Amino acid sequence: MADPALQRSDTPFSQPAETKLVSRAGPVPVVASFFARGKSGETADRIFKIIILLCGVAVLATLALIVYELVLRSGPSWRTFGLKFFAASEWDPVNEQFGALPFVYGTLVSSLLALFIAVPLSIGVAVFTTEMCPIPLRGPLSFFVELLAAIPSVVYGLWAIFVLVPILSNYAEPFLAKTLGWTGFFDGPPYGISMLAAGIILAIMIIPIISSITREVLMVVPRHQREAALALGATRWEMIRVGVLRNARAGIVGGIILGLGRALGETMAVTMVIGNRPEISKSLFAPGYTMASVLANEFSEATGDVYLSALIEIGLALFLVTIVVNALARLLVWTVTRGQPASTHA
Amino acid sequence: MPETAKKSELHAVPPIALRRRIVDHLMTAASVVTVILVLAPLFAIFAYLVYRGVGSINWAFLTQTPKPVGETGGGMANAVVGSALILAIASVIGVPLGIGAGIYLAEFGRNRFGDVIRFTADVLNGVPSIVIGIVAYAIVVLSQRHFSALAGGVALAIMMIPTITRTTEEMLLLVPQALREAAYGLGIPRWRTTLSITLRAATSGVITGIMLAFARVAGETAPLLFTAFGNQFWNLRINQPTAALSLQIFNYAISPYDEWHRQAWAGALVLIVLIVSAVAAVRVAVRRGTFGAA
Repeated sequence: MADPALQRSDTPFSQPAETKLVSRAGPVPVVASFFARGKSGETADRIFKIIILLCGVAVLATLALIVYELVLRSGPSWRTFGLKFFAASEWDPVNEQFGALPFVYGTLVSSLLALFIAVPLSIGVAVFTTEMCPIPLRGPLSFFVELLAAIPSVVYGLWAIFVLVPILSNYAEPFLAKTLGWTGFFDGPPYGISMLAAGIILAIMIIPIISSITREVLMVVPRHQREAALALGATRWEMIRVGVLRNARAGIVGGIILGLGRALGETMAVTMVIGNRPEISKSLFAPGYTMASVLANEFSEATGDVYLSALIEIGLALFLVTIVVNALARLLVWTVTRGQPASTHA
Repeated sequence: MPETAKKSELHAVPPIALRRRIVDHLMTAASVVTVILVLAPLFAIFAYLVYRGVGSINWAFLTQTPKPVGETGGGMANAVVGSALILAIASVIGVPLGIGAGIYLAEFGRNRFGDVIRFTADVLNGVPSIVIGIVAYAIVVLSQRHFSALAGGVALAIMMIPTITRTTEEMLLLVPQALREAAYGLGIPRWRTTLSITLRAATSGVITGIMLAFARVAGETAPLLFTAFGNQFWNLRINQPTAALSLQIFNYAISPYDEWHRQAWAGALVLIVLIVSAVAAVRVAVRRGTFGAA
């Protein structure tokens, strides 16, 4: 008699109403009968709540596990090199001398270069879609831009190797060297495989993130801000600058930082075009190396505890930086889209 | 700025008005140019992908395993199946956990602890995929002592969970409170209300979230490098190194052989077509109400 409800659902007055409903709709009788036990499903509710709570806790536990594993396994490297790890620039697995500076430099330079290219473009696209573009074009346009986000990183890398890099080495880099070579940033042989290529492909990858968040933020700017500016005789651009962009500043900055977070951790496309050489060079034509790339290339071949834990320490640093960057970004976006940041702390 | 606007209106000095009008037109032109610059790579990528990919896909590519260097022919059939295996493992782990956590946040999580989990999910969403690969390596590969499809699946599952959690929560919150109250009023227990009424009402949104997560991880390469590792042969056991389409594309793309480059393009096209058709198929199924009937 595990389930009276199931067997006697034809005697309506002998059972509480809710168990009857359960049995009638139950997809899996055994499970349903188990849950239907007890007077008003109290036990079932309690079990359900515990299961659901465990799922929620699993999210928390996953993050805790990530932190635990990274901290635990980077220990040997931390004890051997200490803080010097991020200041030293030699990376010599044979003699077990590890310094992460070239990787930190490569990650920062490639990401900042990507932002430098992507920010004006993304804001331009967002402004065009929200303020200027004919309404029937709006949907398709944002769809296409977001389609950029759906392309896997490895496909970007593939395209970059066979299309972007040849264009850079044959046309763009010689041109830049001739016109801007005196700055020292565009110096040396134009191989194509370079920090510049990594920056450009990263820019293409983070444009959809920045522009979709910018668009979201622009759309929540109240209409009367625009109308007020127009009523004062502003041209459309003046209205956008004064009425829209200035009001959405914090959110746009949030979107940019979110893009930065993505660029910092991006691995495959960068690994395929940056050249993977742990050197610090002023010229953007020179190959470089990023924190994520060195993990991708060397992790599965790392022999020896110190080597492996040095790599994991780079992973830990990457993890911490992206967390800080993402938290900052979300806070900024929230200030615009959901009122004051104070309410999000609670 | 409002002051300049006012001033020019009062005096109506033509040169300033002209300058402002020119600036206005220039900025409009500039934003049109940005749109073109952003869309150009998109079309370039798709055009080149189709151009190189279509020429390289043939029956052998879809049915054979890779040939050794120097021999032409061969394909990526094992990688397609391997990707499917890894994604299946990831979905089996990630989808229930993600939905469960989403239900918790929507139905029980209107409190401090809920906020903690919400924030954790957002943080988890921003963790670089390669770092998740390291953790899956540390947890699964080191304890099993070899690379495996399971490790790859765990890594991808960790990446799926936050997206599914947050979209499930959002979609459940969209379900009107009155619906829940009506169910309670009929004496239906809470678990039953949540699963059969609230969740059912939000099905299409929840599935969209799952597809978003799926599409995001389907093309991932970085977390598989040292978890699934890759394999030149057929493998269907979850505790063995397994080929994946994205890994194979990566390995072939950075190789020096033309034949492998050709196959990398074919693989990339197959990967994108598979992702798009998986998403589209589920969309259609949801719209037809296959999941709807009680």
